[in-house]
Amino acid sequence: MKSIINDIKTRFEISDIVKQRDNFNFLTCKKEQTVSLITHLKNIEGFSHFVLLTAVDWIEEGKFQLTYILNNPDKKIDIGIRTFIERETATMDSAHHLWEHVATYQRELKEMFGIDFPGSPRVDESFILEGWDDIPPYRRDFDTKKYSEETFFPREGRTTNDPTEYMKKKLYPDEEK
Amino acid sequence: MSDINNNTNNKEDKFLAEENKKRTVIGPDGIEFEIDPLKDYFCDQKPEVRDPKNKVVEKFINWARAESLWVLGFGTGCGSIEIPPLLTPRFDAARFGVQMRATPRQSSVIIISGYLAVKTLKRVIRSYEQMQSPKYVLALGSCTINGGMYYDSYNTINRLDYYMPVDVYVAGCMPRPEALLAGFNKLKERIKAGRAEGANEYAEKFDWYKANQKKIIKDWNMPDYNW
Amino acid sequence: MDNIILKLLFTLLGLFIVLNWGLLMSAIMQKIVARVAGRHGIPFYQPWIDLIKLYTKRTAITHGIMFYLGPVFRLGGGVGMFLFIPLIYGSEYFTNFSWSGDLILILYFQFFGMLGMALGAGEGGHPNSVIGISRGLAQFTTVEVPMTLAVISIAVQYQTLSITEIVAAQQGGILNWTLFTNPLATAAAMLSLLGAFRHAPFNLVKAPNEIPIGPPTEYHSSFLGVLRTNNAILHVIEAVLFMNLFFGGATNWFELILKSFLIYFWSVFVGVVFPRFRIEQSVAWFLKVPLVIGILAIIIFI
Repeated sequence: MKSIINDIKTRFEISDIVKQRDNFNFLTCKKEQTVSLITHLKNIEGFSHFVLLTAVDWIEEGKFQLTYILNNPDKKIDIGIRTFIERETATMDSAHHLWEHVATYQRELKEMFGIDFPGSPRVDESFILEGWDDIPPYRRDFDTKKYSEETFFPREGRTTNDPTEYMKKKLYPDEEK
Repeated sequence: MSDINNNTNNKEDKFLAEENKKRTVIGPDGIEFEIDPLKDYFCDQKPEVRDPKNKVVEKFINWARAESLWVLGFGTGCGSIEIPPLLTPRFDAARFGVQMRATPRQSSVIIISGYLAVKTLKRVIRSYEQMQSPKYVLALGSCTINGGMYYDSYNTINRLDYYMPVDVYVAGCMPRPEALLAGFNKLKERIKAGRAEGANEYAEKFDWYKANQKKIIKDWNMPDYNW
Repeated sequence: MDNIILKLLFTLLGLFIVLNWGLLMSAIMQKIVARVAGRHGIPFYQPWIDLIKLYTKRTAITHGIMFYLGPVFRLGGGVGMFLFIPLIYGSEYFTNFSWSGDLILILYFQFFGMLGMALGAGEGGHPNSVIGISRGLAQFTTVEVPMTLAVISIAVQYQTLSITEIVAAQQGGILNWTLFTNPLATAAAMLSLLGAFRHAPFNLVKAPNEIPIGPPTEYHSSFLGVLRTNNAILHVIEAVLFMNLFFGGATNWFELILKSFLIYFWSVFVGVVFPRFRIEQSVAWFLKVPLVIGILAIIIFI
């Protein structure tokens, strides 16, 4: 694992190496180099299995974080590659040519976060939300509760309790605050 | 912001499948004619109210209907996992005349088993409308009552009775198979009492149900009523 | 003139008995299957309730003329078979309209219903019914082969094509039955019977949990009611046909009920023991052992 990371370090601009487990490291890469880094890992280092691609919305910093997780079935090691893209433009290079199923992840991200992957097959088609016309629901500025109340005819009389307070009252009614 | 999703452009055309679009076709004999598959291939006539004719006969028929509930094998949420045990030796729903059917045409009961996503609702409506009257809806779990733990989700409905007439609710998250059996017995009582007229209710308040359905199913690309 | 009307009335009475016995028998068999699985199963009156419910559904939709005619053809096939099979040997009225060449006619009627059903289900337009139909016809064609060979074999053996005469030749003791005089033909026919009754392991065509329901996917309400009525008649009639050809016929209703029950039970017995075949497996199965036995049965008598 260490030798692989040291080798990558010499070839790509890598920062923030986080050791999750002995056989699982996260590293952060620049946006432009990410796809070539993944290609390198797949073709040279034997990370032949693509586990997942997911995104995090860092709304305060105005960035999306994309995480690609790869797996090397022979050496039984995983590697996670993080990259940050601008929230305004929200465009990323597509990696669908490396694994076919990456296109599905990218289609989902396009729908849920509005991150575009130009050139990815069927990326513009709706995936789960058929005919969605609001802002993508996984963006943090989307208020899901408000949307639900406006759209889905909430039943009146529903009450919500704070779980900590409620359980305290239920389980230990005698206890003082 | 809303143009991030370019689904809003050309709404009408975007959602129709290629073979369902209106187009002009040249026939084998050279005559041009226009076809509109949504109109030509589907019957979108509204459903009608069918009132029971004779009270005494109807009472007997309702007994037969109650004792022969054919359930559509359609699982929507987590509750669909509670249905297969019904057929096992432990619960054995066949004792009560409950049988599973694989096609909506032959079934008389549809179980909405748990949370219902908007995408699934569209399929549920199609299946429900293809069932033949009289038909009954059994709603399982608190998600169908008030949204349950998904009450604030952007993609699951809160109240099922706004989209189709519900006969019996079975509360719980998830209700166990025993509760489902109790729900079946409740449904039987309702049918025998002649109060389970969901299909007629649906036909009566058709416009209201359709307006509710169309409010949340934004890519409405099917006929108004699926025969 | 009075005689033919009386005979017609008795035939209708026979049809009524056969229909109810068929419904009861299917309920009993379902109960047996359920008991094997450790369940209680349906109540014995469930088939009647199902029929009442189906016939009294408030709506029904149609896909065209053939869609209407499909169940009618199917019922025509079942009732047609019934009309030409003698139920009770020696009875003046319950021999129905049996005549000297009825064996050939019945072989034809067996397929008649299937074909009518194919046309009707085809017009239903559902892709699953088309798949179901092609599977059903493929399987039934191969089922027919050993059965026809067995029928030819006993036709050669008894030098007749009349069922009444075949039954007459088997009277006078259990050892006169075709079961003992021509065991090979009986074996071939009893194996093909498994496919004709479409019980497991050959129930892929109509099993509800396969490609939904198969041919009758689109059939509902009273259409399905007609199909179910026909199924009940057909099950008894096929059992009666086998009883007449191989097991000495029946001289009274009790004998008929007992023998048809046992013959039907044979297919259920096999069904609860063996898992379901895929369609290519069942086609191959019918074209191996039953076919060879059938050919041997003919060779012996030539």
